[in-house]
Amino acid sequence: MRTRSHEPIVWSLFGAGGVFAALLGTMLVLIIGILVPMGLGFGPDAMHYDTLRSLFGHPLPALGLAVVISLFLFHGAHRIYHTLHDLGIPASKKIMLACYGSAAAGSGAALLLAGMLVVF
Amino acid sequence: MSQTRTIMIECLRYDPEQDQAPHYRTYEVPFTDEMSVLEGLQYIKDHLDGSLTFRWSCRMAICGSCGCMVNHQPILSCQSFLRDYYPARIRVEPLEHFPIVKDLVIDQSDFLGKLESVTPYLVPAQPLTPEDGPNLQTPRQIEDYLGYAQCINCLLCYAACPQYGLNNEFTGPAALALLARYNADSRDAGQKTRMEVVNAEEGVWGCTLVGLCSEVCPKHVDPARAINRNKINSTQDYFLRFLAPFGRGS
Repeated sequence: MRTRSHEPIVWSLFGAGGVFAALLGTMLVLIIGILVPMGLGFGPDAMHYDTLRSLFGHPLPALGLAVVISLFLFHGAHRIYHTLHDLGIPASKKIMLACYGSAAAGSGAALLLAGMLVVF
Repeated sequence: MSQTRTIMIECLRYDPEQDQAPHYRTYEVPFTDEMSVLEGLQYIKDHLDGSLTFRWSCRMAICGSCGCMVNHQPILSCQSFLRDYYPARIRVEPLEHFPIVKDLVIDQSDFLGKLESVTPYLVPAQPLTPEDGPNLQTPRQIEDYLGYAQCINCLLCYAACPQYGLNNEFTGPAALALLARYNADSRDAGQKTRMEVVNAEEGVWGCTLVGLCSEVCPKHVDPARAINRNKINSTQDYFLRFLAPFGRGS
């Protein structure tokens, strides 16, 4: 009897993070890095602190931001975990905990911050 | 008749009953443009050193017997030509990641066990007899598995796979591609039997999508695609079993 792998849990998060990184990541680079600084299609205050602060003061954008950050973190953690294995560092509970644990901690922090943005 | 030139072929030699460790021997082999690496090895065996041992059969990339490492790349020696390496010397070694039986001959037992583990044959939903007549398929249904059915078990993908090299518990590219081949066949009802292999750590989850298996495959089977499509099936199976705990796998 073979043991079922629990990798589908982290692989789903990795996959979702990958999709977000490919779709949202490039869009964010385009907007934040190119369009806004060049004044193309966005007003001068588009990235201003007050504008963003009021946007993420609403629960839905704040939660969306936290979810995106969390999925990016899990995507990175999964990649690092397997790359370490490829580099000859055998997969172990410790490495697993370090990779996915930091992604989980980062996700917790993102959620907490999102909550603080909404409440305060 | 093309011009004859001479190429140096450096062969790994190893007889576990006599040698302490593998070593290399270099042979000067005259060749013409149409000669394959396999024919170079046959020249060595016929004219220079009859003790050189290697597998071969069809000479036309159908049997999958003559796989070996040439200049550290897994290839079928019948499908590679000496002219493409000349004037450099070539190094011929047995397929990586397998124990050596002698010289270029590897022990395939590990793969054969894995092949058997994926139930590599049609499992009909109900037992059939000749009276049931032919089991017809549409061209579309054939297309679903034909690509994966091209596998000739040459094991180049196992020699290329870094994951199999790191941990040979991994079921590996060819066996998992054949698993996908039978699952995709409209005449087959054995998917549930094979799911245990798919879901295991040594199943599709041993793969990190390096993709070298698909690059080296001489029959364009694309095992990397087969394995990673089954990751989706395994993920569905993992979560859906909580919704239907009595109907699904382990």
